Amino acid sequence: MDNRSRLQELLPKIVLAPSLIVVLIFVYGFIAYTGFLSMTDSKMLPSYGFVGLSNYSKLWALPHWWRAISNLAIFASLYIVISSVLGLGLAILLDQKIRAEGLLRPIYLYPMALSFIVTGTAWKWFLDPGIGLENTMHLWGWDSFSFTWIKDRNYAIYCVVIAAVWQSSGFVMAMFLAGLRGVDNEIIKAAQIDGASTVTVYRRIIIPMMRPVFLSAFVVLAHLAIKAYDLVVALTGGGPGQATELPATFMYSYTFTRNQMGIGASSAIIMLAMIFSIIIPYLYSELRGEKRP
Amino acid sequence: MSFLRIEHLRKSYGSLEILKDISLEIEEGGFLVLVGPSGCGKSTLLNSIAGLEPITSGDILINDKSVVGLHPSKRDIAMVFQSYALYPNMTVGGNIAFGMEIRGVPKEEREASIQRVADMLQIGHLLDRKPSQLSGGQRQRVAMGRALVRDPQVFLFDEPLSNLDAKLRIDMRTEIKRLHARMGTTIVYVTHDQVEAMTLATRIAVLKDGILQQFGSPSEIYNNPENVFVADFMGSPAMNLLTARVEADGSALRVSLARDGGEPLRLSIPNAPSGLSNYAGKEVLFGIRPEALTDMDGADRNAGSIGEGDCLIEVVEPAGSDTFAVTRLGGKEVVARLRADADIRAGETSRLAFNLDKVVYFDPKTEQRIR
Repeated sequence: MDNRSRLQELLPKIVLAPSLIVVLIFVYGFIAYTGFLSMTDSKMLPSYGFVGLSNYSKLWALPHWWRAISNLAIFASLYIVISSVLGLGLAILLDQKIRAEGLLRPIYLYPMALSFIVTGTAWKWFLDPGIGLENTMHLWGWDSFSFTWIKDRNYAIYCVVIAAVWQSSGFVMAMFLAGLRGVDNEIIKAAQIDGASTVTVYRRIIIPMMRPVFLSAFVVLAHLAIKAYDLVVALTGGGPGQATELPATFMYSYTFTRNQMGIGASSAIIMLAMIFSIIIPYLYSELRGEKRP
Repeated sequence: MSFLRIEHLRKSYGSLEILKDISLEIEEGGFLVLVGPSGCGKSTLLNSIAGLEPITSGDILINDKSVVGLHPSKRDIAMVFQSYALYPNMTVGGNIAFGMEIRGVPKEEREASIQRVADMLQIGHLLDRKPSQLSGGQRQRVAMGRALVRDPQVFLFDEPLSNLDAKLRIDMRTEIKRLHARMGTTIVYVTHDQVEAMTLATRIAVLKDGILQQFGSPSEIYNNPENVFVADFMGSPAMNLLTARVEADGSALRVSLARDGGEPLRLSIPNAPSGLSNYAGKEVLFGIRPEALTDMDGADRNAGSIGEGDCLIEVVEPAGSDTFAVTRLGGKEVVARLRADADIRAGETSRLAFNLDKVVYFDPKTEQRIR
């Protein structure tokens, strides 16, 4: 009996232990290892000559890295803003008690079920001037039509934005739709009696009430943007040239193909810091919010 | 002259009829309470008056002008909601001023109106707070302030007190009554609480299943219910409704109530309603409110006719101000309301006084009043 009750007490710990150990080693252990590598003279293989922060100063001196960072700034800001606006707009339209909502909602949500690799490949074909949109328009007889952004150094990053927005805005819409459904109907009635038009009701009352949803959407989209890798690899492979290089693709190429593991590791740590700077304030505000009665 | 008039109002969703031919009216400055169990259509009726839900047929007139088809904001009404429906992102002041802002009232005038209403409701110190920082009672006041500031022709209240705790509810009830006395504006008020209905109303409309059961002053509703539903719904503790047999006693009538293990209790009724003679030899429902059934010393001295009977008391519930005694008559539990210090003990037989003036009779089949 005593043994049995002791076992019962231990059982949850025993069951959880393997996954905890695995997570500790392969997530936190490797984060620490990466942090350590970023301060070593590792080239093709890890080596343990300590060089302090010199990898970081080298990294920030690389034009290639600055390219990746500025691409990330363009990509992340457009991706987050467009996805949020589009998601909110779709959610508002779907919230008008329309017919066939049950059919439309999954249609918009479906791209999220695809992996970024599939999205990237599909959009690569679609945007390719030789086989995609431009070619189709030419076949239909619109010979002057030209859409070559994906081949253009200055515009290729916007193609990444298009594909990423297509993938994520349905998900953002679902988040906003859940938020809109939570709005007390009586508030809308009260606003109607106050004489507010539908546009005013949304602008002055409902959209401000969506603040927590904007915050959640921002956190989800921002961390997707920072770690965006597979989409770029499938869509443009970082090219043309380095036109669509993002920190994640930069990290991979320096660590595994350019034999600059130290610099690659330091770029990984910079990305980790970026994600922490978004997630930690978010978690802090969420957890503090829960404590309030 | 009636100020708010509802004529043959019908409302249906598809084939489901929510409101069935409702006709009501209330004079200017009146306090109309719509009361009924949940799902009776009282909130739908209020929303129809507000214009938040379209009606199927009929007419609604405010100050002799039909408002059917008018947008809610054009009906010159203000509404207080059950959930208060405050705009969570605006301050208290912003909430109160929002309607005026939409109507383009200049800022100084808005400020003055906010101040006037805030003083009236004693919420001046809360004006810069957000609704989430307020207690339930404070939110309730803000919601009322938002309605008051419009100075409308008709106030609509949709169960405004049901989210408050018991003590606050009674305070706010008094407050609403005081405000009504001061402002003199017509009010339509929805509640499921019959005590609220009785205390606040000048006119009560009792609804059930979308049908108007009875419409009248609180004392009419309480003392002269039209049917069993109204009799049972209004009053706490509820009216005792027992099966009684009507017997002819020479030219007069008497009722006989079955008693446990003994002779039935026979009460002669000198001033029986004329319709009751048709029921001689048949059963009727004998309705008597607990306060009309008391100990002999507590009986109403002004009552025209008082019947007496010995009843076996099963349970005694002292409530402080009164003592409730439960006995069994006509096969049902019957609650009598006695003086607090009445000499009564469970398990003993006591003599009870029946105030026969206050008794109402119903047909057991149609459940309608026998007049």
